[in-house]
Amino acid sequence: MNRLLPLLGFFALVGLLGFGIWWNQHHEMNEVPSPLIGKPAPEFTLPLLYDSTKSLSKAELLGKPYLVNVFGSWCVTCQDEHPILTKKVKPLGIKLIGMAWKDQPEDAKRWLAQFGNPYDAIVSDVDGRTGIDFGVYMAPESFLVDAQGVIRYKRIGMFTPELIERELLPEMAKLGIARP
Amino acid sequence: MMPRSVLMALLLALCALASTAHAIDPLPFKDRAEEVRFQNLARQLRCLVCQNQDLADSDADLAKDLRKQVFDMMRAGKSDAEIKQYLAARYNDFVLYDPPLKPGTYLLWFTPFVLVAIGAIALLRILRRRARAAVGEALTRQSGQPKNTEEEDW
Repeated sequence: MNRLLPLLGFFALVGLLGFGIWWNQHHEMNEVPSPLIGKPAPEFTLPLLYDSTKSLSKAELLGKPYLVNVFGSWCVTCQDEHPILTKKVKPLGIKLIGMAWKDQPEDAKRWLAQFGNPYDAIVSDVDGRTGIDFGVYMAPESFLVDAQGVIRYKRIGMFTPELIERELLPEMAKLGIARP
Repeated sequence: MMPRSVLMALLLALCALASTAHAIDPLPFKDRAEEVRFQNLARQLRCLVCQNQDLADSDADLAKDLRKQVFDMMRAGKSDAEIKQYLAARYNDFVLYDPPLKPGTYLLWFTPFVLVAIGAIALLRILRRRARAAVGEALTRQSGQPKNTEEEDW
């Protein structure tokens, strides 16, 4: 038995390192799980991008689930995500709120004019304070908020058709939203 | 014309100066104590964008915003603990360089001690066994009977 001990130790180490490799390949290294899931979304009141005299607040959105998508015209991945939002997320029938994060309204409008506007409403968070409240650290990010204003799911990075299928749709189903 | 080595030395000195200068956007600190407190706090917080840098060192845009947020909260009279808690509530305990002690981090905090304890127990057992073997050998030598020790020494 004593002779086998170093060998067992070796295999234990192989197992540990193997797990490390597997783990690194199967989860996003830079992704930090949000502690806000299951908690009420932060209160916010932000001016509308297309009419800064009007604003939209969390209170006004209560009553129906919605998806907040944080984007910016400066964000390259947002450009990649944009057609997926248009073709895959918009048809799901959930209210889609855009948050132009750390973006000048003119830039955001130009960007949307170029690529199209998939959002039901867009708020403008120029100084990024609301983004910080939501724990945003890299655009694009998306938050699924239920009718009671509780964050149910967060996606850090862009949506892909697979992720919509695997993560977003099941979370929406839990809120009683059937797939169209 | 300066010799090349002198020029080189000057250049290096300049580089060193540049790297010690703070990459931080100037915040309107009211005195030295406030600045020290801010720097101290920013060093304990991780930048989410470049995750191996602290908030004090990072030049990322978000780090700038977070520094501003920390500064404003300091001005609003929040304690260091409150500021850290504010950020941890939004960005996960990951923002804290010093992970808090709670069930989720027991493994992180206690594994080293457990490993040291296992090592100590193993060492003790080996030493005891050797001591016993040595005593046994001495006894057999005394009584004049040859004996094979079964112990391995590795």
